[in-house]
Amino acid sequence: MATKTEGSTFIDNLGKIYGYYTGGFLGFTILLAILEQLGVPNKVIGYAFVFLTIGVYALIGWLSRTAQLSEYYVAGRRVPAFYNGMATGADWMSAASFISMAGGLYLQGYDGLAYVLGWTGGYVLVASLFAPYLRKFGQFTVPDFLGVRYEGNLARVCGVIVLFSASFTYIVAQTFGIGIIASRFLGISFEIAVFVGLVGILVCSMLGGMRAVTWTQVAQYIILIIAYLTPIVWLSTKKYGIPIPELTYGQALQDIAALESKLGIVKGHVAAFADAKGQFSWDRFVNYFALILCLMVGTASLPHILMRYFTTPSVREARQSVGWSIFFIFLLYFTAPAYAAFAKLEVYSNVIGQPIAQLPAWVQNWSQVGGMLTINDANKDGILQLAELRIHQDIIVLSTPEIAGLPYVISGLVAAGGLAAALSTADGLLLAIANALSHDIYYKMIDRTASTTKRLVVARALLVIVAICGAAVASTRPSGIIQMVAWAFSLAAAGLFVPVVMGIWWKRTTTTAAIIGMMAGFVICLYYLIMTRYFPEAFEAMWGAKLWFGIQNISAAIFGLPVGFALTWILSYYTKAPSDEMQAFVDSIRRPKGAIAWTKAAEVHE
Amino acid sequence: MSKDKMDAYWSETQRLMFIIMALWVFFSFVVHMFALQLNNIVILGFPLGFYMAAQGSLIAFVVLCFWNASAQNKIDEKYGVAED
Repeated sequence: MATKTEGSTFIDNLGKIYGYYTGGFLGFTILLAILEQLGVPNKVIGYAFVFLTIGVYALIGWLSRTAQLSEYYVAGRRVPAFYNGMATGADWMSAASFISMAGGLYLQGYDGLAYVLGWTGGYVLVASLFAPYLRKFGQFTVPDFLGVRYEGNLARVCGVIVLFSASFTYIVAQTFGIGIIASRFLGISFEIAVFVGLVGILVCSMLGGMRAVTWTQVAQYIILIIAYLTPIVWLSTKKYGIPIPELTYGQALQDIAALESKLGIVKGHVAAFADAKGQFSWDRFVNYFALILCLMVGTASLPHILMRYFTTPSVREARQSVGWSIFFIFLLYFTAPAYAAFAKLEVYSNVIGQPIAQLPAWVQNWSQVGGMLTINDANKDGILQLAELRIHQDIIVLSTPEIAGLPYVISGLVAAGGLAAALSTADGLLLAIANALSHDIYYKMIDRTASTTKRLVVARALLVIVAICGAAVASTRPSGIIQMVAWAFSLAAAGLFVPVVMGIWWKRTTTTAAIIGMMAGFVICLYYLIMTRYFPEAFEAMWGAKLWFGIQNISAAIFGLPVGFALTWILSYYTKAPSDEMQAFVDSIRRPKGAIAWTKAAEVHE
Repeated sequence: MSKDKMDAYWSETQRLMFIIMALWVFFSFVVHMFALQLNNIVILGFPLGFYMAAQGSLIAFVVLCFWNASAQNKIDEKYGVAED
């Protein structure tokens, strides 16, 4: 049992290992800061951050390579709650959280907070409704659960379809984010940058599956949180003398309000549900809450997140792990509004009103990253007015250190953090897709006699194919990061939430009802999304309006969810009640102790 | 485990779930419906409506998740269904 002892020593020493790792990373950052002062060019610093961090992830991935099934799919089920929380944090916080969210807040003010709320509150649903029960069920994937609870391959396939649609949309967004960072900091074109990022994603996840991804994600969390907090703590100290931005940005909000009235902006940063004229808008109000609901329910339905709770040693640790997950996520999320406020303050006070010819180098640098920043001197007075500056939300976080005149090493650090966020999520997503295809489709449905080696080869091959497709789609720039990610959430929410939650909490839910409800909800959501995004004329001709009830398509699940619930509920009454055997199965996943009462339909379970 | 005991265990678990869900609804939706009114109250430079959406509710969510874990553990232990 040499491997087992080796494994437990590793788990026992996690604190020490990641302590050294964090120290090493800080030392590396300080070293680069010194080198910058000594005159090492910015380009070298950018390269160092990008390649060194990817190298470290690749090394961890390589060290954690494995050919054992339970290690590959669920990291051997011995990841302690605390570290699983950290890994979930990195898995969760993607390019959308790191790169775009503060940018969205910058542009939308209060209304952007729907993302902050939606992407945190969902964990309450995960904690209370899902995580402990899925952990007790204890298989490899979410479609696994559907296949057993709803007795058969039809439910399993439906689960895989929803999982694939949501996760793939999500991967495209991550690859897009990696493209922006690599393009800016390596000085290469966006289309090539996307494929450079792809290599980074693959080395982390291909060799060691869930085990490699888990330990890389912990490492990535540490970098992303340091990278996010550093510039903003710096700005807070520089501006108000207190290194706690979460406290001082109240002052920044006041300063912004003063500048807003000076610049003649009618829609204030903190004004809730306001339209462009600063008046209360019912439309904004409705969309705000619809988005929150979709993001929260989507959180609880995303397979790559739920999958993380299969890896804890026990049900109890799964519950605690949700607490740690949201705690680690919270550290970034409650700083994001401060980030947005400080960025806005810098732009309003130091950039607007400057002679355009004298604007610093960052303007030039960011203008070269595909239309992300444009300055158009409309009135030809040579002075930059607010309306003449267009800055895309996806570059606010990355460019703020430069805008605020911090040393370039901070920009490099933020780039490394953004990369960590995008890579870790992309890894988790790729793994969720590859696992579902190799385990649920290939092994469970196509070849039940496939050897372990063969199953892992299939998983890895699928991983590469999906990753390449994702990068190919991303290089066509389908939309902004945050929109693509929100679509992924809506798709997952509309398709997976109802069958999972009702499968656990309502024994009467029947197979037929669940499958019909699930697909109806998913199809309505998908229909609304595709029609309003790609065929708005046809949609308007058919329904007499551009949107249903004015709801934006990023909240498309708002239509799929109630339909899914209602159909599942009503049809369950009209179909034959689940067998006693099934009821016993549901009972057994509800209590933490004891074995699972498998049904005949579940057949083999390793 | 007897059926009665299992039912009692599950109804207590359900009650905890409903309490958590009620608090979740309050901090996710109800409080923010009054954002306009709350914004008239300003503390340390923060309009209260803005603060609740940017930080207040988030703190509540973190507390809810940890509280849920410990309350459910107590129920598990009370009914002897906690893992060994």
